[in-house]
Amino acid sequence: MSDEALAALVLSVRVAVVATLLNAAIGIPLAYLLARRAFRGRAIVDLAVTLPLVLPPTVTGYYLIVLLGRRGWLGQPLYAATGWSVAFTWYAAVIAATVMALPLLVRTARAAIESVDRELEKAAYTLGRSEWRTALEVTLPLARNGIVAGLVLAFARALGEFGATLMLAGNIPGKTTTVPLAIYTAVQTGEMGEAIVLVLALTALSCAVLVLAGRLGARAA
Amino acid sequence: MRLFTLTLAVALAAAPARAPAQELTLSVAISMKEAVEELGRRFTQTRPRITLRYNFGSSGELQKQIEAGAPVDLFISAAQRQMHELEQKGLILSGTLRVFARNVLTVVKPADSALDIAKPTDLLDPRVARIVIGNPRTVPVGQYAEESLRALALWDRVQPKLIFAENVRQALDYVARGEVDAGFIYTTDASTRARDVKEAFRPPEDTYRPVVYPVAVVRDSKHPALAQAFIQLLLDREGQTVLARLGFQPPPAGAR
Repeated sequence: MSDEALAALVLSVRVAVVATLLNAAIGIPLAYLLARRAFRGRAIVDLAVTLPLVLPPTVTGYYLIVLLGRRGWLGQPLYAATGWSVAFTWYAAVIAATVMALPLLVRTARAAIESVDRELEKAAYTLGRSEWRTALEVTLPLARNGIVAGLVLAFARALGEFGATLMLAGNIPGKTTTVPLAIYTAVQTGEMGEAIVLVLALTALSCAVLVLAGRLGARAA
Repeated sequence: MRLFTLTLAVALAAAPARAPAQELTLSVAISMKEAVEELGRRFTQTRPRITLRYNFGSSGELQKQIEAGAPVDLFISAAQRQMHELEQKGLILSGTLRVFARNVLTVVKPADSALDIAKPTDLLDPRVARIVIGNPRTVPVGQYAEESLRALALWDRVQPKLIFAENVRQALDYVARGEVDAGFIYTTDASTRARDVKEAFRPPEDTYRPVVYPVAVVRDSKHPALAQAFIQLLLDREGQTVLARLGFQPPPAGAR
């Protein structure tokens, strides 16, 4: 495997791991809120989180540029204050992967949380547990299978992200070229050997993730 | 009524045979977009039954598509290298190969940029954080930019600032949107978005190979004569006038 291919593989795993951790931090609380709480703007939050699942990734990428580009709504003040912009950095790849993967985790985890028997939560309340502790000790453990499945899907999605990443992070070898982008470039430049190596590596990695998820699921059940 | 139905059926059956519309597919280096589109309109004006299909992209990308068997009739490249590779593989009709235009490399910055970039070494200024060039693996303008930066002994030092674009228009777009501080494109591209970008400087022309545009009929073309007619239009006074108006230079004497 060439140095560039190896760099792409390392970067892809790093981006997918960080994006999955961010997904866990943002997505699990969000899934809980959507499943258990009625709040103002709930429908809008639900829509915003789900949209990247149905929009073409390039459309999501476009919104991310409008938001985070040097002249974007958030990017402009950031650039004015720090002289730094997230576009074309590996953080941009993480952001793109996180946004694209979030609906998969939130939808799966939300369904799992909704299926938890509310009587058990009520029992915890009558035993004096706060909502916070009930969520941590009763609801989320019972929804564990669904949450793990959601995290696996999110990781796989983050690993394979292409369109939004290309738009926000570009395709800079060694910096933002993840495996899907490296495969695209390799095919475009006629380097089929390089493409095959990366295709097989990504396939093997995805299979490993699915097998691992199956084991986790079996143990949890 | 029966007569009407019969007439209609005959008319429908006869219609496609009466108008054998021909389709010509042109794979065109994207820096030539406006020029080829304008000449295409003139080409079809005198040939109403012909439809032109354009496939714009970087020359390297278009080259790989032709190698993979894309159904293309005519290839216009922004560099000799891609055309010659196709010629060596026997994928173009060698006798049809002509050079029809020339271009010049330039460095542009966003129109509202406050940075003073007036000569190549200004690219080393730390405030110039990002520079876009075409990906040198597939994009000729990136290959010319790399050659020039190497000749100026700047390549190694600017490399950490480089962002790669998939074609010259994407590079132009990054500059126009202000995402980068400078970009290497052709002078003709700069004038397509004159409000968004301004010229910073032109790299010395002896630091990179002349930017020339070769054109040739693709070997598997189903309409080689028609494709040849389009080449003739590019070479004729009419074509050269349009190219000159859009800022292209005539091909160097003796270039093939």
